[in-house]
Amino acid sequence: MSESPTVAQEKMAAFAVTPAPQGRKPLTKKDLVADHPTWCPGCGDFSVLAIFLKLLEKRQLEHEKITTISGIGCSSRFPYFVQAHGAHFIHGRTLPFATGVALTRPDLHVFVFSGDGDALSIGGNHFTHTARKNVKMTMVVMDNQVYGLTKKQTSPTSPIGYRSKTDVTGVVDRPINPLKQALAAGATFVARTTHTNPNHMLQMMEAALDHQGFSFIQCLSECVEFYEGAFDASNPRKGGMFRTVPADHDVTSEVAAYQLADEPFPGYFGIFYQVRRPTKWEVEQRLIEQARKPLAGLASWQILQKSFAKMR
Amino acid sequence: MSAETEQAANPAPAAPSQRVDISQAVIRIAGNSQDGIQALGGFLARLAGRTEKEVMTFMTIPSTISGGPSIFQVRIGSGEVLSAGDEADLLLAFYQHSYENHIHFLKADGMVLYDSDNVEPKPEWTARWRHVGVPISTLTVEAIGGTAKDKGKNIYALGLLARLYDLDVPRLEELITERFTGKDPTVLTNALTAFHAGYGYSLDKARELYRFQPGTPHRRPQVVMNGNEALAYGFLAAGVRFGAAYPITPWSDTMELLRRELPKYGGIFVQCEDEIASMCMALGAGYAGRVAVTGTSGPGLSLKSEAIGWGVMAEVPVVVVDVQRGGPSTGLPTQVEQSDLHIACFGTHGDAPRIVLAPANVEDCFYTAIEAVNLARKYNTVVTVLSDQAIATRIEAFEEPDLEKICQELPIDLTPVPEHKPYDLNAPDGISRHIPPGTPVLNGKYPVAAGLEHDEMGHPSGSPKYHMAMTAKRRKKIQALAATLPTPEVYGPPEGELLLVGWGSTQGPIREAVDIARAHGEIISALHLRYLNPLPPGLPEILTRFRHVLVVEMNDEGIYGFGQLAMLLRARYCLSHIQGLNKTDGLTFKVREIYEGAMARLAQWRAEAKTGAA
Ligand SMILES: Cc1ncc(C[n+]2csc(CCOP(=O)(O)OP(=O)(O)O)c2C)c(N)n1
Ligand code: SF4
Repeated sequence: MSESPTVAQEKMAAFAVTPAPQGRKPLTKKDLVADHPTWCPGCGDFSVLAIFLKLLEKRQLEHEKITTISGIGCSSRFPYFVQAHGAHFIHGRTLPFATGVALTRPDLHVFVFSGDGDALSIGGNHFTHTARKNVKMTMVVMDNQVYGLTKKQTSPTSPIGYRSKTDVTGVVDRPINPLKQALAAGATFVARTTHTNPNHMLQMMEAALDHQGFSFIQCLSECVEFYEGAFDASNPRKGGMFRTVPADHDVTSEVAAYQLADEPFPGYFGIFYQVRRPTKWEVEQRLIEQARKPLAGLASWQILQKSFAKMR
Repeated sequence: MSAETEQAANPAPAAPSQRVDISQAVIRIAGNSQDGIQALGGFLARLAGRTEKEVMTFMTIPSTISGGPSIFQVRIGSGEVLSAGDEADLLLAFYQHSYENHIHFLKADGMVLYDSDNVEPKPEWTARWRHVGVPISTLTVEAIGGTAKDKGKNIYALGLLARLYDLDVPRLEELITERFTGKDPTVLTNALTAFHAGYGYSLDKARELYRFQPGTPHRRPQVVMNGNEALAYGFLAAGVRFGAAYPITPWSDTMELLRRELPKYGGIFVQCEDEIASMCMALGAGYAGRVAVTGTSGPGLSLKSEAIGWGVMAEVPVVVVDVQRGGPSTGLPTQVEQSDLHIACFGTHGDAPRIVLAPANVEDCFYTAIEAVNLARKYNTVVTVLSDQAIATRIEAFEEPDLEKICQELPIDLTPVPEHKPYDLNAPDGISRHIPPGTPVLNGKYPVAAGLEHDEMGHPSGSPKYHMAMTAKRRKKIQALAATLPTPEVYGPPEGELLLVGWGSTQGPIREAVDIARAHGEIISALHLRYLNPLPPGLPEILTRFRHVLVVEMNDEGIYGFGQLAMLLRARYCLSHIQGLNKTDGLTFKVREIYEGAMARLAQWRAEAKTGAA
């Protein structure tokens, strides 16, 4: 969907954009590294961070327009470790917060980092609704199948039988399949990758960045502290198998995506589904355009005065 | 009774009825909610606004979905109108239940105008109140045709009222035309026909007819709206361009209006999956550089609490409206109470100082919305506007604001900054600046907006030093605001025997009660608080100049014997002469309830003083 010139002009007019500083030097990893990550040595989250920084370096986004937003959890500490605008929000509520940012500021690159508990348990409701609204942002769920920060309780993706502190004899509830969840909700980009394959992760992140809409990446990210070896089955170096989605897979077919997503663990890696649908912001701009047509040239106070005139 | 027999029973007198000059009238319209009672009341209120009168309305709506008994009360005055009136001069009753349930709200010499097709007058009441029966249903059908049995009765009745009170017919025609334009043209024709038929009905059996004295002319035309609308328009005037909410009674009107209107201003309003999401989304927009608004009622405020704490901690501006309703849990969704004060001031974990304002009337809803936005921006924090069901649904007329002067645009400022500390501990009065993402920070050190306790850049720090310093910073800016607030003015003598303290929608009735008491020779004054957190300066001086202080609030006396504001004031000023006058019947305070309640307490204190002295 192309934007009409009026909308684009108004969008620009909404920001008091001053010219970017002259002679900007390219962004390097050095510029982008903030605090030293507080994760346990060997935690899968390190590789997600490294690849994200690589993505920023490779794609040379404007530094000030990078915005990382997270909830609460080990993975959600992410914004502190990236030298960019960021917000560390409350547990599970990242998506509505990020929606507020994305709908206010179409000029920003909004990246959401979340854990499996944060995104799919306490935030499960928001996950569904943000996906269905197709809000433009990239969401990376760093899935370790356990609660890390609160020290080894069952997460919504923990497999049956896994012994956590809240299921000492083994998890009993059927785990959530994040891919199916995202597809059912209406996400327009659904992909899966793993911390043990950095090149693949970079490919997925780049594709997500370019996607116009809600892009969801499930990224397996091992918690070495509380669930070591969880993903060995997908790691060739640990004797597992890394299977990418078949070359002939139709990414625009929801049914085909479901079938792939239904494969038992470790399943497939890659883009399961991708379609272009108007984003929430675009849809709202259409409403704005319609509403403003009869009011062309009027200042806000004059529009308000029209309403007040009806109430005299 | 048919139209003929009714006419026959009331032969038209030879001389036209005389007109009696009045300065006020309280008209209670009782029927079923699907009968267009609100529209009828709305016409009267709008007309009052256009004819330089003051007006205040009050209505009850059934909490059932598909209608049921409902009333709409309008008080019109040529002078100041402070409440919707305890008792009615006129009851317009459409059904037997309307008649029987509401006749006791009539003044001693009041009149009941009833639909004689549906109401059978009771002999014991005909002697006590003036009864005027009109076969409204039959005559409406006669006027506009067979099938419209229940439609148009309200407009017919409007015609009757226009005749009875000598209302401005051309202006009423104008209002009717405005309302029905755009619908099927027959709707407008029928409405005007019904109106004229009602107006043409001979009301001579009414004994006397009335005429309002002229009102005081205003510099600008008056506008007529309810509190929920006034809040929404206030936000638009303030430059709010993003909102998010979840429906709940009685807040929903405001969100529906914003959803409809915001696109005209280039803004977006999102209906969220729940109140948690809406609070978070508004914070997201606030973080991104807009002052955003969210709102709710009752249970919704509980859900928003955790995120409100984030707004305080991360120092991000946002405005939260709470249109209070009754009770904990789902409580009394369509009734009024002022029992969210404590959650508004303190609700969320930890020490989270924030700003809480309560508008006093419909006009004030408009200006409070603007003030809330400006305070949120200046202090980078959460501002809660405490409205309530009574003010939200009542209609008042007020002078149209000078919109050209008042309306503000709030463009997002992305001017580069050389360096930035979002939580600068050296910021004067603790008020630091929030810069939205997209702002270049030239030293390359970017901030994090954080809910974790943090250092000046927003990075986590659990050290006692930072937690103490940051806690103080968040507190200091609210204290700085307190120092700038105006000391509220006492209504009445600055010292005396009794001070009635109120907040929110009870301002008018409290003043009216004070007026009555003063007319009876009592030395009583009133004080209204708009700023509830922080409290304005100068209060202890005011409070100690009165022998007794009664805080009038629509909430329970609590387990320690004080309502919610009374408890705050006692805790703040350690003044044991602060007591409470409370009620929890889900209805607004009647003037009489305040007056009589205050007098009873005075009598009790006087008796105690006597025995104490003896
Ligand atoms: C409202 C609320 N409930 C509970 C918590 C405690 N809490 C913090 S993180 C977390 C789970 C995190 O798990 P996950 O999202 O999987 O992230 P991980 O730490 O594994 O990366 C919980 C329960 C909280 N911070 N807020
Ligand atoms: S607890 Fe697990 S998830 Fe958290 S940092 Fe350590 S290894 Fe990573």
